[in-house]
Amino acid sequence: MDLQNITLISFGYFEEDFLKNIAEAVKHEFRFSVNTKEGHLDLSEFYDPGRRQYNGTKLLKEVDSIYSSDSDKSLGLFSVDLFIPILTYIFGQAFLNGRTGIASLYRLSNERYGMNTDDKFILDRFKKEVIHELGHTFGLIHCHIPTCVMRSSTYVEDIDQKSANICIKCRNEMNSILI
Amino acid sequence: MAKKISILIVDDEESVRDSLYNWFIEDGYRVECAENAKRALSMLESDCFDIILADIKMPGMDGLEMLRRIKLLKTDSIVIVITAFATVDTAVQALKDGAFDYITKPFDPDDLSHLIRNASKQISLTEENENLKKRVVSLENVEDLIGNSEAMKKILKDIESVAQSNSSVVITGESGTGKELVARAIHSNSPRKFFPLVSVHCGALTESLLESELFGHEKGAFTGAMYNRKGRFEMADNGTIFLDEIATISTKMQIDLLRVLESKSFVRVGGNKEISSDFRVICATNRDLKSMVEKGIFREDLYYRLNVVNIYVPPLRERIEDIPLLVDYFIKKYCISMNRPPVAIDSAALKRLEEFNFPGNVRELENMIERAIVVGNGKKISLKDLPLEKTIISSSIESLDDLEKTHILQILNKYNWNISRAAKALKVDRVTLYNKISKYGLKPAD
Repeated sequence: MDLQNITLISFGYFEEDFLKNIAEAVKHEFRFSVNTKEGHLDLSEFYDPGRRQYNGTKLLKEVDSIYSSDSDKSLGLFSVDLFIPILTYIFGQAFLNGRTGIASLYRLSNERYGMNTDDKFILDRFKKEVIHELGHTFGLIHCHIPTCVMRSSTYVEDIDQKSANICIKCRNEMNSILI
Repeated sequence: MAKKISILIVDDEESVRDSLYNWFIEDGYRVECAENAKRALSMLESDCFDIILADIKMPGMDGLEMLRRIKLLKTDSIVIVITAFATVDTAVQALKDGAFDYITKPFDPDDLSHLIRNASKQISLTEENENLKKRVVSLENVEDLIGNSEAMKKILKDIESVAQSNSSVVITGESGTGKELVARAIHSNSPRKFFPLVSVHCGALTESLLESELFGHEKGAFTGAMYNRKGRFEMADNGTIFLDEIATISTKMQIDLLRVLESKSFVRVGGNKEISSDFRVICATNRDLKSMVEKGIFREDLYYRLNVVNIYVPPLRERIEDIPLLVDYFIKKYCISMNRPPVAIDSAALKRLEEFNFPGNVRELENMIERAIVVGNGKKISLKDLPLEKTIISSSIESLDDLEKTHILQILNKYNWNISRAAKALKVDRVTLYNKISKYGLKPAD
């Protein structure tokens, strides 16, 4: 692969430093060049009034159809509550071994769970989610190693338990896929 | 993940199928989708799935009907039903029809993960259970019946052919030839293998004890009957009852046994309630039942009822070509059980074993090898480790009575017919020794 880059597309407002931090972490983990840019979508098309959430499956398909040709891997960053029809919520979603993923920080903040605001927590959690979803686009499935970023997380506590790094087993797997 | 679990998603809504597909594929499962029940059933005809996630409300055939058909088609697939509107009736119906679980959408991601984890655990437990069953069968199968001789091959063939039937079997052969092993092999190859094999050594029990043992007793039936007790026939329900030394049972027991075999029902000692039990009977004896029938000692009707199939286990001296294999088997068995490195046997010792008469048959050989491993140098079994010299080598000895008679005579001669010393050496009292002398007509040599 000649061109090895990842694009992080923000939909909605994200602070510049926050995005920079995320991009640095992604670059460190995947050793790809990482760009950030703003994306524009009319999110009302993906809003489900019955659930008062945004349809993640449709959003993923939309991001994929518009932005996937820009780089090797694209990841849409959202701050809205995502769901898929069968589940009450999701933190993010990606095409396994595909080019696109999405992640949302909506459910990652402390205050949503009645705790004090802590920006460090939300940044760490979002880094892990972004790397996790990008890992799926590289063909990685959920890992059973507790510290691996590819471990499945259904609660924020699960995210806090794992590191922001891909374990050796998953890295070898990813390298074999890339070769 | 040792085995890739396969999941079939059946839902008429594309968005639900896509959501579940993406969710499970990220977990490393093999996932396929079907848009309706008809398509799912056709996929199940050509492919196997460990877990089927099916929506209840679908156009055409609904999820519950599909569940019933899946259970007819693939009973080992785990089916989880999904619905948007949970009602107790639908849930109960789904579970009654064999669903593993029931979930209302949309569900919490963690609930879905738990559900699939539980289903996966169930699959691995089922597989483990199957593997263990196979191992148990192979352990109890025929591996203890060692030999390559024609006689042994015939026994194995007989076991194979009678195991699947429900017929009564009489196993005949000298003591120590392995009649009980044959009975176990028949049971463990039969459709009754997952039910008990209940053994009763008829010769070891008095008539009243045997009656209580076989039929059970009610509390207070006799002195000491403190509790109700199930009999062996009751315990062998759906399984097999093995009656060893059947020739030793009394005339009364023969009548009782015949009645039980004919009706498959009986009454506990001291009870009045008829109890039914579905058992198969396998008997063993070292006596000639046919001649006992001719002499009127054994009931003819019972003989024919029991002797539907006869398997003869020949004595070891009639299959000496099996001795090296048996020796090898017992050496391995005892070296492992005694946690010792494997030992060899020298050719002279093996040759001597092949020439030996073995009145106690395979059991005697087994004991000899066990002893040789205990007393030997730990490297090689030699002639000196085998107690052959101390054993009576006589081709005329066939029955245990003959063996006992010869041994008593030998001890009496050794102590110059001093009854007290001989009784002490034999570890019996003097009265018993006198009775034996009288029974066998023993006299001092001139």
